[in-house]
Amino acid sequence: MLDIFQYNFILRGFEAGVIIAFIAPLIGTFLVLRRYSLIADTLSHISLAGVAMAFLFGWNPILTTLGVTTISSVGMERLRNTKHIYGESALALFLSGGLAIATVLLSLGKGFNSNLLNYLFGSIVTVTQNDIYTILILGVIVLILLIIFYKEIVYITFDEESAKVSGLPVRFINTIFIMLVAITVSLAIPIIGILLITALIVIPVVTALQLKKGFLKTIIYAECFSILSVIAGIFVSFYFNLSTGGTIVLLMLGIFLIVILSKRYL
Amino acid sequence: MHIDHTKNIIEIKNISSSYGDETILNDINLSIHKGDYLGIVGSNGSGKTTLLRTILGLLSFKRGTIKLFGQDISVFKDWSKIGYVPQKVINFDNNFPVTVEEVVMMGRYGKLGLFKRINDKDKQEVYKALEQVEMLPYRNRPIGDLSGGQQQRVFIARALTGNPEIIFLDEPTVGVEKDIKEKFYKLLHDLNEKLKLTIVIVTHDIESMSHEAMHVACIKDHTLIFHESIDDLFKESHGIISRRL
Repeated sequence: MLDIFQYNFILRGFEAGVIIAFIAPLIGTFLVLRRYSLIADTLSHISLAGVAMAFLFGWNPILTTLGVTTISSVGMERLRNTKHIYGESALALFLSGGLAIATVLLSLGKGFNSNLLNYLFGSIVTVTQNDIYTILILGVIVLILLIIFYKEIVYITFDEESAKVSGLPVRFINTIFIMLVAITVSLAIPIIGILLITALIVIPVVTALQLKKGFLKTIIYAECFSILSVIAGIFVSFYFNLSTGGTIVLLMLGIFLIVILSKRYL
Repeated sequence: MHIDHTKNIIEIKNISSSYGDETILNDINLSIHKGDYLGIVGSNGSGKTTLLRTILGLLSFKRGTIKLFGQDISVFKDWSKIGYVPQKVINFDNNFPVTVEEVVMMGRYGKLGLFKRINDKDKQEVYKALEQVEMLPYRNRPIGDLSGGQQQRVFIARALTGNPEIIFLDEPTVGVEKDIKEKFYKLLHDLNEKLKLTIVIVTHDIESMSHEAMHVACIKDHTLIFHESIDDLFKESHGIISRRL
């Protein structure tokens, strides 16, 4: 019955998918509550420059993307802190700058091909065994740092000003946090694709927030919605020959609709 | 009542700052002594909140010195001695998924420091602070379900749970109904009287301050125009505060 598991690439897809589905809402909860959802979108667009570099020089796409997004995330945070320009404008600069670099590098390396589409929209076929190890290591790093700085990030998310007055190193923790967003975006690219990463980070959290629970319970519900969507998405996309990333996001939106409607009518 | 400068815990000398060409604080001198209940009053845009944010290290200044508990603000590390109740928690909306207990626990984080986990003692301190503001029965409720006055009490509990020596409150009674406001001032009075907590309120509510505070500092056009005890002010003339404003 489950002939899907005969294929190694599907198993790798499940392994990578579950790790990503677990990490994305952890980061997403803080991003959504801080009204920073656009940061994930900006970093995902910047990550295309990383993919383009990897194509051009024959480097590992995940690691190259990780380098590009991490450096950009620190730059973005610094530019936002200078207060010389509005926060959203800083994001727009990095988003368009990243895309511009990506298109120039892709045209240089003749990278506009089907391989690019896999990174834009996600495909479990692209996930290699080495990618699984990379995704696992990066996922564990994100999880450990989030556990270490959990209470500080919660405080800053709720009330950054009071967190500063209490003596917490807010700028340092914000830098760590935005680097964690960069890592999460990089490790999610192979499965979900550059254009749909924000959905994976944001939609399960927005759905869980509708349930109006405490902070930890919101994270747990977001985890459930995310993991359920990714596993179901890989199954459905395999049997119906659909795009994995798109199917996962549509399932997430479906769960969001069910939660909204059941809140209204039940 | 005479201002006793021998027990000053906050000393502000010749503080000036500007934003571009615009002066936002003009040569302010102010001291706050242990056990004081000080109202910093002034109309909207006078510079009182700017002064508060400067004292708390949230805004930089161009000239002058600020000493917190005898130490220059640039080297001051013991922020757990200071509690802060902001006027409006920036990202706070009624859908923010935190319970009352989770909010008050945040007040322990600065004292705990990085890499330390919450323990039973922290929980006990949270319950103690919630009891002081009579909000313990609400500890498991989402903060968004509470009224404005109840939320304000929770934020005071958060400031208290780090066991500070002084708390600063920024316009704490804006949007709070009259009877709740009276209960709120009674709570502050008790904290000042029984716990000997130093209280600094930034407010435009001059009338309440003339009943509640020990001292009043008045800011007008970014300048401190007087800082006196309530008794001295009333000796001079009734209604002097409003006239000077």
